[in-house]
Amino acid sequence: MTDAATLGRPAAAGPVPHQPIQALMIAIGQEIFAIETAMVREIIDPVPLTRVAGAKAHLPGLINVRGNIIPLADLHERFGMPAGQTTPDTRIVVIEVEIDEDPVTLGIIADKVHEVSEVSRANAQQTPRIGMNWRPEYISFITKWNDEFIIVPNLSAILV
Amino acid sequence: MMDLDPTEIFRQEAAELLETLETVLLDLGQRPGDGDLVDAAFRALHTIKGSGAMFGFDRVAAFTHDFETAFDLIRKGRIVADHEIVTVSLSAKDYIRTLIEDPDSTDAIIGEAIVAELHRLVSGLGSGGAGAEAHEPEAAAPPAEASPEEAGWAIGIAFNPDILRNGTNPLGLLDELRDLGPCEVVADLGAVPELAALDPEHCFIRWTVRLHAPCPREAVEDVFMFVSDEMTLTIAPLGEAAPDAAEAPMPAAQAAAISAPPARKTPAAKTPVPAKPAAGEAPAAERPAPDKAEHNRRSDDKGSTVRVQAERLDELMDRVGELVIAQARLSQLAHVSNDLAIKAIAEEVERLASGLRDTTMGVRMVPMGTLFARFRRLVHDLSRDLSKPVEFVTVGEDTEMDKTMIERLADPLVHLIRNAIDHGIENAEARAAAGKPATGRIELSARYVGAQVLVSVQDDGGGLDTARIRAKAEENGLIQPGAALSEHEIHQFLFHPGFSTARTISALSGRGVGMDVVKRTIEAMRGSIDLTTVPGLGSSVTLRLPLTLAIIDGLLIRVGEGRYIIPLSAVEECLELTPADENRSRGRSFLSVRGELVPFLRLRDQFDAAGQPDPHQKVIIISTGEMRVGLVADQIIGSHQTVIKSLSKLHADVTMFSGATILGDGSAALILDVAQLVGLGQGRAETDKTMEAA
Repeated sequence: MTDAATLGRPAAAGPVPHQPIQALMIAIGQEIFAIETAMVREIIDPVPLTRVAGAKAHLPGLINVRGNIIPLADLHERFGMPAGQTTPDTRIVVIEVEIDEDPVTLGIIADKVHEVSEVSRANAQQTPRIGMNWRPEYISFITKWNDEFIIVPNLSAILV
Repeated sequence: MMDLDPTEIFRQEAAELLETLETVLLDLGQRPGDGDLVDAAFRALHTIKGSGAMFGFDRVAAFTHDFETAFDLIRKGRIVADHEIVTVSLSAKDYIRTLIEDPDSTDAIIGEAIVAELHRLVSGLGSGGAGAEAHEPEAAAPPAEASPEEAGWAIGIAFNPDILRNGTNPLGLLDELRDLGPCEVVADLGAVPELAALDPEHCFIRWTVRLHAPCPREAVEDVFMFVSDEMTLTIAPLGEAAPDAAEAPMPAAQAAAISAPPARKTPAAKTPVPAKPAAGEAPAAERPAPDKAEHNRRSDDKGSTVRVQAERLDELMDRVGELVIAQARLSQLAHVSNDLAIKAIAEEVERLASGLRDTTMGVRMVPMGTLFARFRRLVHDLSRDLSKPVEFVTVGEDTEMDKTMIERLADPLVHLIRNAIDHGIENAEARAAAGKPATGRIELSARYVGAQVLVSVQDDGGGLDTARIRAKAEENGLIQPGAALSEHEIHQFLFHPGFSTARTISALSGRGVGMDVVKRTIEAMRGSIDLTTVPGLGSSVTLRLPLTLAIIDGLLIRVGEGRYIIPLSAVEECLELTPADENRSRGRSFLSVRGELVPFLRLRDQFDAAGQPDPHQKVIIISTGEMRVGLVADQIIGSHQTVIKSLSKLHADVTMFSGATILGDGSAALILDVAQLVGLGQGRAETDKTMEAA
C-alpha cells in the first residue's frame, strides 16, 4: 500500500481528523493497539481477578484498583484470539471511556505495553473488508507505526 | 466545589418551607380549628416573604404578603379555615412555587385572581364587609381594645444581652415599628457599662417606643415574632395612664427620639428605670401558652438540624468505607500477630469503625414519612377532580430508607396511587350498590421484612377485573384465546408496555403507560412488585425493595476459589449438608429443615466453580419475605463488614450479584443478590413440583 493521505473518508472521530493523537501502544495477542492517552488513567501490574459468574466473556471479572472496584476487560475474545497467559510483560491499563454518555472506568489486559507515540489518521489505511475476521465496528481505523500496522480500536463499541 | 449562590439557598429553603406549608394546609383541612397549624402556616409564609424580599424575589414577596394578609384573619381566629380556603391556599402555595422556580411562565393576573378569591372567602365569612385591605376588618372587629388602638401603644423593649450574636438587628425591628406609624423611640442606656467593660457584642440598650398609630396589638407583636423568646416585650395602650416604665423616660424623649439609631456611648438618657423589668415580666407570662410552646419548638428545630449537601454525605460514606476496609486489614494482621498491644488496638479500632459506620449510615437514612407526605396533596387533588371522596391512610412513616432510594420511589408511587384512585376506587353509585361506605380508603404503608422494605398501596375498591384483562390480552394478541392461565399470570399483563383496560382515556390514566414504567423502575432498584386483588374488596400493590445501604454486615463464604458475601440480615441459619441429603439430591434439591421443605441451590453450579467440592458442604439458609432457600457453599469463613460498591455499568447484565466489596487482603468479592437467588430457588422448587406431579 502506498500513501493513503488522500483517502476521502468521512471524519468520524473528532473535529480535527488529521491532527496527530498521542496514543499508548499495547500488544494484545499478536496485534498492536493504540489507546488514546487522554483515556489512560494508569498502568499497573497484574492484580488478582475476581471472576463474575454470568458475565460476558470479554468482561470476565473485577479488580480492586486502590479501593475502587472496576471491571477488567479482556479483548482477546473480541478479536478472536486465544486468551493470553500472564507473563512478566502483562500489565493492566486502566482507562476511562464514555458509555452512553457516562464515564466508565475499567482495566484492559495488555500482553505488553510498548510506548506512547503519535498516530495520525493521515496515515490511516482503509480498513480492508475482506481478509479480516474482526467486526468492522470494533475498529476506528488502522494505521502504521514503525512499519507495523496498528489498530485504533473503538472501545465504546467493543465493550458494550 | 461548593455552590454558595444565595439565590440557590433561598430556592432550597423556600422549597422546604413550601413543603411544610402544604403539609400544614392539608392538616388544616382535616382539623380546621387547630390554632397551632394556622400559626405554623403563617410563620412559613412570613419567612418566605422575608427572605424572598431579601434575595430580590420581589414578586414572591409581594404575593406572599397578600397571601399572608388574608391568612392573618384566619390566624386571628376571626374565621375558620374551611375546605374551600384550604384548596385556594394550596393553589396560592403552588403559585408561589411557580414564582420562585419559573416566574416568566406565569402571569401576575393569576396571582391576583388567587388573592381575590382568598379575600372573597376570608371576608365573606368574616365580620368586616370590604375585605381587600386586611387592616380594615381587623380594626372593624377588635375584641376588647377598641379605644386604646386609636391612640397607639407604649412599647417597652428589652432584649436578652446576647441577642446580637444571633444576628438580630434591633434597629431593623425599630424600623419595622416605624412602618406601622409615627414612633417616638427612647433608648435607655442605663445598663451600658464603662467603656473598658463594654462588650460590643452585648446589647445593653433598652428601648421605649410610643407608637402613635391605630394598629392592633397583634401588629406590634408580629414585629417581634421571631425574637419573642429572647426578649421582654411590654405593650400597653397609650391612652391609659401608661405604666411607670413608659412614663419615666418621657422627659428625655425629645432628646433621643429623633436620632433613631441611638449613639451607644452617649449617656444622654441615663434614666435608670428599675420598674421596667418587673413590668415586662408580667405581660410576657400572660401570653397564651401554646404560642410560646410553638416558638420553643421552632427554635429547637433550628438548633438540631443541619443542612448538608448530598455529595458531602456520599463522600463521608466513601471515606468510612475506606476506613472499614483498612480496619479489616488491620484486624487480619492483628489476628496472626502475637503482639497483645496490636490486638488490643485492632479491637478498639474495630469497635470505633463499626460505630462510625452505623452513625454515618443513619445520617443517610430518611424516614418514609417525608415521601408519604407528598402524596397527601396528590390524593387531595385527585379525589376532588374525580369526585371520589377518599380517606388517605399512611402506616409506617418512620420506616427508614436510604435517601437516594426514597427519591427514586416517588414516581412509581405516584403512578400506583393514581391508579388506585382512578381505577381502584369505584364511583359513588357503585360503592353504594356494593354496600361500602361512600368514602374510599387508600392505605400507603411501609414496613421492614428481613433485609427488605415492603411498600404497599392498598385500596378498598372493586379489585381487578380479571376477565377484562384477559379479554384485552387476547385482543392485543398477547395470548391465544382460551389459553390456560392462572389469575396471577393474567394480572402480569398489566405490566406489559402499552396495556390499558381503561375504556376511556382520561388525563390520569388509560394511555397504557405507567405500570410497565413502575415495574422497570422497581426492578432497576433490584426490587420486585407483587399484585394481589380480591374481587369486590380491593387490590394492593406491594413493592419489595432492598435496603440498599452503603455498608452491610455480611457472611463471607467460599465457593471453589471465589469468595462471596451474603447479606447477614438475610441469613437464617447455617447447616452442614448431610451425606444423605448430598446423595439424594441428585434426584431432588430440597432438604428438610425441622420438617419444612427448603429448596437449595448449589452455588458451585451457579458460579461454574472449578476444582473439586469440599468434602463437607455447608448450607446457608436465606430468606426474603416468606420464601426460604438453602445455598450450598464449600466453606463459611465468617462475618464481614461489607462496604457495598456497585457493579460497573458494563456488568449491568449480571443478575446474581448486587455489588462487590473489598476484602481484607485487597481482593474483590461479590455480594450475592438474595432476592434473585431466592427467585432461582423458587423456580427450581416449582419445576420439582411439576416433575413430581408428572
